[in-house]
Amino acid sequence: MRAVLTIAGREIREGIRDRWVLAATLLLAVLALALALLGSAPVGAVKASGLSVTVVSLASLSVYLVPLIALLLSYETVIGEIERGTLMLLLAYPVARWQIILGKFAGHAVILACAALVGFGGAGLAVAAIGSDWQAGAWLSFASMVASSVLLGAVFLGLGYLVSALARERGTAAGLAIAVWLVIVVLYDLALLGVLVLDEGQVIDASLLPYLLMLNPADSYRLVSLAGSEQVRVLSGLASVAPGQAFSPIVPLAMLFAWVAAPLALAAAVFQRREV
Amino acid sequence: MTGPAFQLQSVSKRYGATEAVRSVSLSAARGECVALLGHNGAGKTTLIKLMLGLTDRDSGSVSVLGADPRTHAAIAIRGRIGFLPENVAFHGTMTGREVLAFYARLKGVALAECEPLLDRVGLVEAGAHRLKTYSKGMRQRLGLAQALLGQPQLMVLDEPTTGLDPLLRRRFYEIVRELREGGTTVVLSSHMLTELEARTDRAVILRNGRVVADGGLSELRRAAGLPAHVHIRVAQGPPADVVARVGGAELMQVNGRTASFTCPIDQKIPVLRRLADPALAVEDFDIELPTLEEVYAHFSEREDSPCGPS
Repeated sequence: MRAVLTIAGREIREGIRDRWVLAATLLLAVLALALALLGSAPVGAVKASGLSVTVVSLASLSVYLVPLIALLLSYETVIGEIERGTLMLLLAYPVARWQIILGKFAGHAVILACAALVGFGGAGLAVAAIGSDWQAGAWLSFASMVASSVLLGAVFLGLGYLVSALARERGTAAGLAIAVWLVIVVLYDLALLGVLVLDEGQVIDASLLPYLLMLNPADSYRLVSLAGSEQVRVLSGLASVAPGQAFSPIVPLAMLFAWVAAPLALAAAVFQRREV
Repeated sequence: MTGPAFQLQSVSKRYGATEAVRSVSLSAARGECVALLGHNGAGKTTLIKLMLGLTDRDSGSVSVLGADPRTHAAIAIRGRIGFLPENVAFHGTMTGREVLAFYARLKGVALAECEPLLDRVGLVEAGAHRLKTYSKGMRQRLGLAQALLGQPQLMVLDEPTTGLDPLLRRRFYEIVRELREGGTTVVLSSHMLTELEARTDRAVILRNGRVVADGGLSELRRAAGLPAHVHIRVAQGPPADVVARVGGAELMQVNGRTASFTCPIDQKIPVLRRLADPALAVEDFDIELPTLEEVYAHFSEREDSPCGPS
């Protein structure tokens, strides 16, 4: 435990030193603020609370941005330390390899959580300050959106470590990380859409769709973060994909946790067998 | 704890097609200082990695401070090992003091130990600066400081003095001497041989992954069978005649009244006695024993036939 905390502490300190925390927080804050302020304009027409609109637009932003930030943080964890020559010394210390992965994960997760909390939280406060209608429900869905964004980031941290433990060079790791992002965040949905259109409901019918979506962590994230309130579900169009109360966010939430644990465990296993 | 500090038995390791270490057996008693010598690629670093559990052997057995480095039990054992890798690197955004504190925490060593260590390697002033401003010598000193954390029972130093100026190098060997006096087993690898002379109990010479010689320096000299070089100057007459009258000598060079010849080292005294005969009129005399450099060259350039006293 001491080893894990020590390594986590160093990652956080390094993150602050090389301005990683600052950059990620600012990026999220600026974009969130822009979306929040622009997004509050149509509030009157749909009679939705400003915050609900903000949740929807922020969630659709995070699904692209948060994985990218997480992968940037994590893709060189193993291979970068090998190439810089710092790993050999670390491994000669009384530390198990899984503790190194777990420590880095804890540190990076804190960095992500800070960025999301400060970046998104700032935007939420700005919207609340402008808008007059206060709804407890809207706040709850906002909080769940922020929390699930951190969870989504954690998924991609694990995937980044896996890429890093597998790659022979830092450049390869970067390429693989981009590929992972592209496939999971962009191409999966496109492919699913294409199959649905071509298939015309013969093999895959609409009842299967939510489950196919849940297999993908990015879509699971959408289901979780947008399931917060009915208003958000309607606004996001989620109500048409996963209609009614039949759909609880528990399953996609469990899916997200599984997506955090599996790549992390796999990364530790690959790292364990790797020759340094 | 008793027993050897480390013991390797017919250990082999290959990386792809290259056999980095071939059936090496090697052990060291507690408190011994062993130098691993060999050209680049001879297997020194691989041997060190095998001892630290950084890489896994293909066959054979390894025990370090009583534990097999690839088992889970060895993780705790690593707390009693100090290691300075070749070309040590640190995270550039941290200060020297922070780096040392980080490694102290990992090793479970009291943070109060850090400041005296920084002082010992002469980095008290620089301790507040970030690592990216450090010179190679400063990084090496910080590397030594982290290796010294927690008074290790086994110290493994891979090419420790590369990049150090002569003054630091001397300071470095002073620290190694202090360690040995404290009972620490020291393993150090090097390809610079002259500076190791008189600093190690034992030299292990590696070539192409094999141990080709293992022993004390005088043992190695004897085993190498290299001759002593004798230079003489005579008062009168051709010096070659004098050499001819010394049994077992082989004339190398004649230059005026001086001559050089070689003789087996175990013939030193008989040769000396004969040269002392006043009839030979030897005016001056010099003897050169084979240096460690020559012994090393002898072992590392020989054809591939493993042997050597141990």
